[in-house]
Amino acid sequence: MTHLASPNHAGIYKYDELDRRFVMERVEQFRDQVQRRLAGELSEEEFRPLRLMNGLYLQLHAYMLRIAIPYGVLSTAQLRTFAHIARKWDRGYGHFTTRQNLQFHWPRLVDVPDILAELAKVDMHAIQTSGNCVRNVTADQFAGVAPDEVVDPRVYAEILRQFTTLHPEFVYLPRKFKIGMTGAPHDRAAIAIHDVGIAAKRAEDGRIGFEVFVGGGLGRTPFIAVKTRDFVPEEDLLAYLEAVLRTYNRLGRRDNMFKARIKILVHELGAEKFIALVEEEFARLPREKYRLEPEIVEAIRRSYTPPPYEDRPADSLALDREMAGNADFRRWVEVNVGAHKQPGYAVATVSLKPIGETPGDISADQMDAVADLADRFSFGEVRVTHEQNLVLAHIKRDDLFALWQGLDAIGLATPNLGLISDIIACPGLDYCALASARSITIAQDISKRFADLERQRDLGELKIKISGCINACGHHHVGHIGILGVDKKGEEFYQLTIGGSAAEDASLGQILGPAFAYDDVVGAVETLVDVYVKQRQPDERFLDTVRRTGLNPFKEALYGVA
Amino acid sequence: MALLEHGRIAGEDQWVAVADDAAVPDGVPVLLSLARWRAERDALDGRNAPVGVRLRSDQTADDVAADLDRLSLVAVEFPKFRDGRGFSVARELRERYGYKGDIRAVGHVIADQHTFLLRCGFTSVVVPDGARLESWIEALDRITVAYQPDMISGEPVSLLRRHLAVRS
Repeated sequence: MTHLASPNHAGIYKYDELDRRFVMERVEQFRDQVQRRLAGELSEEEFRPLRLMNGLYLQLHAYMLRIAIPYGVLSTAQLRTFAHIARKWDRGYGHFTTRQNLQFHWPRLVDVPDILAELAKVDMHAIQTSGNCVRNVTADQFAGVAPDEVVDPRVYAEILRQFTTLHPEFVYLPRKFKIGMTGAPHDRAAIAIHDVGIAAKRAEDGRIGFEVFVGGGLGRTPFIAVKTRDFVPEEDLLAYLEAVLRTYNRLGRRDNMFKARIKILVHELGAEKFIALVEEEFARLPREKYRLEPEIVEAIRRSYTPPPYEDRPADSLALDREMAGNADFRRWVEVNVGAHKQPGYAVATVSLKPIGETPGDISADQMDAVADLADRFSFGEVRVTHEQNLVLAHIKRDDLFALWQGLDAIGLATPNLGLISDIIACPGLDYCALASARSITIAQDISKRFADLERQRDLGELKIKISGCINACGHHHVGHIGILGVDKKGEEFYQLTIGGSAAEDASLGQILGPAFAYDDVVGAVETLVDVYVKQRQPDERFLDTVRRTGLNPFKEALYGVA
Repeated sequence: MALLEHGRIAGEDQWVAVADDAAVPDGVPVLLSLARWRAERDALDGRNAPVGVRLRSDQTADDVAADLDRLSLVAVEFPKFRDGRGFSVARELRERYGYKGDIRAVGHVIADQHTFLLRCGFTSVVVPDGARLESWIEALDRITVAYQPDMISGEPVSLLRRHLAVRS
């Protein structure tokens, strides 16, 4: 591989010798486990959790390898490694997920140790991206650059990543365990639907602490997380998490995998009782041993030193000129580009939802091209969002036009961030062994129906989320419009919900009525949109209208007057 | 069944597991169920040989906390290797209750858990029949780096904490 030397300013944790040794040892351990499985020393039952904890699933047609992208931040060297792996061992593309990970859908078992070794060269791994353990810690994709940010969550997400990596007590939990973090009042990390959601904040005296929420999750029994602590002081973050995890490990149900998530424990005990148990455990932990010293935090924080921004004027005449002269560019800037806390810079979201394509998919060539653009314009860093898009977080406003041209040339300049075609969809029946119905093709059809970009903009923020089964990987419960695929006597049907949200105003969508046949889904979505257009008041988003009017106008339009 | 102690192959297991309805033999270390121990602990106190208790996976460290100074061994049962409750039981016995005796993993455990067991405070493991003993020993050398405090090292030098060392 030859490529531009990337400046080493990506906001990723900088590995040292021990981190590298750890990841390499893990690769060799897995190589040995594969051999022991092939030799029959490990049963398939025993091998299964071991491969899962290295990110390897068995899906409908093939294995799937899920690679961890801690809090969604990549260096361009790491992104190029994905491209290389996609070409050498997979089918030339990868898929970004709602947990800021990357999946390859076609690797062979025998190649996986070599793929992991290739990843280790760029300080990456697939550890704990699956299995009943603490998964990749996710965070706000605008960490460190968002104007509304109070605390940079990456620092603490990294600390938690390290603390939970092969934590000897919590590798065999009752079920998977997901942690999401934000450090801004506007929640872009969907923390309310995580097993543990953490909002970093500052007390009045400036001390950093954490608001903690436990027991959120989707799946067949969705819950919004309950607040268990208003302020965990920074030094107690690890002790508090240890107490939560230990309470769950001891008491979480193991008799029924569908009731094993911590949300069920919280629900069955009641929030008050659960909180009391956690506090009791917390009070009895040797606090010194788990104390997060400020020096550790500062050492970790050094990895997230802002890149060397130039002093620039807030406004860009060049940008104004290009926007005035090019309607497509203007639209892209208005929809996909956001404010940066550094004057003269902007945050650009690269939509991985081109009209009619698979949400979250990206080809190896596109990966390389995005890496080149990130080297030229964004300090060699690329980020992944839980909504399955990419972010180039540090673009000079003067450079936006050149960046847009570069993105347009590779088909990644779709101006639809947050709009109706910016759809979250799980892989569904096209890949997944659990799926009841297709999700990707539904997303593609909706995207094509609303292909008119001006119409999309007129509709404003509208989040459609599609799951191909009740496990809800496509987050349908928290879609402004949620679509759930179900299997009715061998046919694909889809249940529609409206009114969900994964943001700071988190809520679960409500079911509108009987499910629709595959061919009727897009029309039903359009009916919902038409009701919104008729009912909306000035500045009202689809979600706001639903909350104001309730479900009735939408039900009537879909099913007729009851 | 082979026995591992502190990560090494140990001699023959001296402990005699006694069924709830069998007589407790004199002069040898005996391993009893929690129910048996609770029912007969006063009578057992005068014994001339050590007593241990075997906890089922639904029993916790709290259940034996009051008796720990009279027990030389706490055996923690793993019904399936995927059932990780035992890790927290061992950790609480050490960390919360300061137990200094032997904590033994019994039941379905696999070689790939050996390091986790020791790091949570287990000191011995009854290796399931048919398992390859060498794999259990080799497993300890596979991952030599840890990111969090544990029950092996007195002073926890976790990877997180090494940042302190780098600085000073």
